[in-house]
Amino acid sequence: MATIFAGMWRAVAAAVAVVLLVGLFAGVAGAQEEPPETGVQGRLQQRTEDGNAPIVGVRIVVTTADGAAVGEAVSDTEGVWLVAVPGPGEYVVTIDQATLPEGVGLPEGDDGVRTLTINPRQVRGVLFPLGEGAGASERGSQVRLALQLFVEGVKLGLLIAMMAIGLSLIFGTTGLVNFAHGEMVTFGAVVAFWFNVSLGWHFIPAALIAIAIAAAVGGLLDLGVFRPLRRRGVGLIAQLVITIGLSLLARYVILYVFRGDPRSYAQYAIQNGIPIGPILLPAKDLWSIGISVLMLLAVGLTLQKTKVGKAMRAVSDNRDLAESSGIDVQRVILVVWAVGSGLAGLGGVLWGLGESVSWLMGFRLLLLIFAGVILGGLGTAYGALVGSIVVGVFIQMSTLVIPTELKNVGALAMLVIILVVRPQGILGRAERIG
Amino acid sequence: MDWEAIIRNAVIAGLSREAVVFAIAAVGLNVHFGYTGLLNFGQVGFMAISAYGVGISITQYNAPPWLAFIIGLLAAVLLALLLGVPTLRLRADYLAIVTIAASEIIRLVFRSVALRNWSGGSNGINGFADGFYVWNPFEPTEQYGFGWFKVFGNQAYIILVGWTLAILVTVLVWLLMRSPWGRVLKSIREDEDAARALGKNAYWYKMQSLILGGVIGGLAGIVLSVGQSTVQPDSYSPPVTFFIWTALILGGVGRVWSPIVGAIIFWTLLSLSDNILDGLVDTGIIPAAVTAGTRGGSVRFMIVGLGLALLMIFRPQGIFGDRNEMMLEDR
Amino acid sequence: MTTTSPLAGIEASPGIAKPDPILVVDDMVKRFGGLKAVDVGHLEIQRGAITALIGPNGAGKTTFFNLLTGFDRPDSGSVVFDGRPLGTRLSPNRLAREGMVRTFQLTKSLTRLSVLENMKLGPSGQRGEGFLSAMVRPLWIDQERAIERRAEGVLARFRLDQMRDEFAGTLSGGQRKLLEMARALMTDPRLVMLDEPTAGVNPALTQSLLEHVIALRDEGMTVIFVEHDMDVVQTISDWVVVMAEGEIIAEAPPAEIGTNPRVIDAYLGARHDTPLSLEEEEEVLELVEQEVERLAEEQPDATPDQDEEEAL
Repeated sequence: MATIFAGMWRAVAAAVAVVLLVGLFAGVAGAQEEPPETGVQGRLQQRTEDGNAPIVGVRIVVTTADGAAVGEAVSDTEGVWLVAVPGPGEYVVTIDQATLPEGVGLPEGDDGVRTLTINPRQVRGVLFPLGEGAGASERGSQVRLALQLFVEGVKLGLLIAMMAIGLSLIFGTTGLVNFAHGEMVTFGAVVAFWFNVSLGWHFIPAALIAIAIAAAVGGLLDLGVFRPLRRRGVGLIAQLVITIGLSLLARYVILYVFRGDPRSYAQYAIQNGIPIGPILLPAKDLWSIGISVLMLLAVGLTLQKTKVGKAMRAVSDNRDLAESSGIDVQRVILVVWAVGSGLAGLGGVLWGLGESVSWLMGFRLLLLIFAGVILGGLGTAYGALVGSIVVGVFIQMSTLVIPTELKNVGALAMLVIILVVRPQGILGRAERIG
Repeated sequence: MDWEAIIRNAVIAGLSREAVVFAIAAVGLNVHFGYTGLLNFGQVGFMAISAYGVGISITQYNAPPWLAFIIGLLAAVLLALLLGVPTLRLRADYLAIVTIAASEIIRLVFRSVALRNWSGGSNGINGFADGFYVWNPFEPTEQYGFGWFKVFGNQAYIILVGWTLAILVTVLVWLLMRSPWGRVLKSIREDEDAARALGKNAYWYKMQSLILGGVIGGLAGIVLSVGQSTVQPDSYSPPVTFFIWTALILGGVGRVWSPIVGAIIFWTLLSLSDNILDGLVDTGIIPAAVTAGTRGGSVRFMIVGLGLALLMIFRPQGIFGDRNEMMLEDR
Repeated sequence: MTTTSPLAGIEASPGIAKPDPILVVDDMVKRFGGLKAVDVGHLEIQRGAITALIGPNGAGKTTFFNLLTGFDRPDSGSVVFDGRPLGTRLSPNRLAREGMVRTFQLTKSLTRLSVLENMKLGPSGQRGEGFLSAMVRPLWIDQERAIERRAEGVLARFRLDQMRDEFAGTLSGGQRKLLEMARALMTDPRLVMLDEPTAGVNPALTQSLLEHVIALRDEGMTVIFVEHDMDVVQTISDWVVVMAEGEIIAEAPPAEIGTNPRVIDAYLGARHDTPLSLEEEEEVLELVEQEVERLAEEQPDATPDQDEEEAL
């Protein structure tokens, strides 16, 4: 009995250490917590009959007078945006009209560009008067918009798919639904932020090392926490509640040190859309799609062709059979945790690149990941892929008919509806009914 | 460090309005998970929908308080049906995921700008609670209590009503679980197929359990909103669900008194940790930056998260549970 | 000991009609993937007799049980129980209330309930099981007391009365089998379906179990049981049905079954309690074959027989 508890103390120590590692990285990342001393800010609102409605999700881009990138922001749910600048001087603030919601635009003759001087220790307010406007027509017809949203949906779906595969694999090999997977996504993004913004590394090496660290942490979690728990015979539901506790802990450690404001990476923050046919995509979105596709292919090939991959599938299908055939099940599970966490970290980094890094990003994505996995069929890796892409496309295209702030709600609602109509998902095997 | 103040605050916290809301919600969760084995991770959604049900009925449709109360509880029944019909036939994990998703949907929808005129958006609903205070025997400007524990009249009223309700639902649950109906629920918790093989319609019993626990959760939400005289969407966010779980597990799942005792102890501990932390900051042992601004709140959630994990690892049976009995679970 | 049974003189042929069948199954088919797990053309079970269902591993016996008791849906088929046609989409609880109760291969004791509580779950129509009436104790307390007395009687019969207040989870494997049978009795069944009732039970307890099974029949219930131990089959069964590869390949009185050539073929001439050969498993379980092949690629020295046993 004493040895079991000794093991448990080790497990706890490991878990706490892991979470504190999260905090450490995020903490140093968040070292510049205080609101910036110098910068530009604003609140985007639309005048309506009842007052002012915040305009959400609009991109504001700040460059130096020469056009060098400084930073960008996206207006939050209050319509507020804020961009820090490195020091006093002249800056150009541009509102990305392509991101204005439908029916909202600048007045005639306003090109959405402001050139201004920032004084030392000043956070200057910038006003963009938005109202019923020509915003929509800037982007052309409904079809163009729909296509744009579709592609963005695919991009989102591919990211979700990458994160979903990890969750699916962990579930497949251990039966555990890992509610802390979302925090692993946030962790990856935040660690990359630390290397990139705090330590000054270029984004790409920062991203790479963040992914490696995420994978390592995932492996540590299995080794230090869940493997001892499995060995001790702790039930899956208890483990599930433990992942929930850990996710809560990690999420608020990250909030604590990273603070609540969404932030962006130092490079690639601002990019103009490259016209591809009727749609506009910044280069980083293309990279995101490309990398996601490559990774998913890589994972698929690994699962099909390599020894490790086949072992993973074998353990997923039938653990006892796999074990009796000489497969080291515990090692396979360790690899699954590491790979799954690495993929989550990659998803977080790409998401942070495309949107912004924030403490809640993982939790929000987690629900979407669940939606994707269940839609595709719980327990099938390829189902997770299909389901995730459908979820991504659905979310983005749903903004054609429902308010942007509710688009995630649409995905969650779809999740519930799918369960009514086809509980096994698109690719899943029919569950035993009764 | 003013230990007397710290302990006094902790005791007050344990009996406070917050604690009683959690106690009631935990009774509901106990019905779901403790007695039936349902994984409901969206109890806060039931709280929200009943609270909004009451608030909207009064502010939008001028319903009298008693009718609004009934509507609020009916809203919880509806939510239970909505969630249960698709998922209770499926594995337990599905319910877990769907309940989390549903509670977030509810919060986001009620909070949304689009429905602002109806549900108050991020400001919530105000000015509906007066009707409930009509029966308040206490003077709002006077303080009532005993010893350390003194609160103003309105609070005293809510606390009294709240704990009375908490005890009432606990007794109700106790009566039910002693009956054959409760026995069927417990059999479903142990092994659904065995229960079916004995002729019990497991699906229907699970649904009844979901409804009962959900209505109790809704009751907690109504107590919360009337107590605060407002329905704020962000009061009904996921951490609340996890708080309720922690309180329940702390007390010991599947035991009659564990929700109340667990909630009281949970809030006492939380208050202790908050106050001790503040005390340490005041006396300079810890730098002020640690709990500045919203960081204090984050620390509290961190503690809950860690505590929940540790609880499940080391003492999953909580205070009232029996370790040996827990080990009998066929997992 | 069987006396002149109504089954005497019935021709030993699969799908043969019985004088007074309580259960008639027609064209029951269940497919998994591309594989037919169950394909029963016609089967009749004699009322009031003990019928043994035997067959090699993977023959589909438990699947067949699941199909009959509503735990699985057949792709096609019809069932007539006691003269009444039953839909194949009935839920297990409906069927149990109709009088068809089953036990499970791996016992499903409700571990954190006491033995007595396990028993009291059996009877249907308990007034206390309704949500509203449960809150009014006087409505159900008399019925509950009667059920409790009856349960204590049955427990005494099964010699489990000492354990009445113990958690079912503390019972030994054999005691759990007894509890499962006793609990099934509480449902007042007309047809009792036992899935490997003696598996994992020591010889002394086996004897006791078998006596209880015989007692069930003597009290007028019909019993079907899945069994691997041929001695048990010989001892207590009135009739034997043999399944292999999802089909019924033979029916006969127990004395003749050992000499039936089809039965011998099904077991490939080997002794009935030795592990089966590789070929049979691959035919029956396509899925397992894929698994074995895939793993065989990586682990060429793994023995196929081991895989078979693990898979089942």
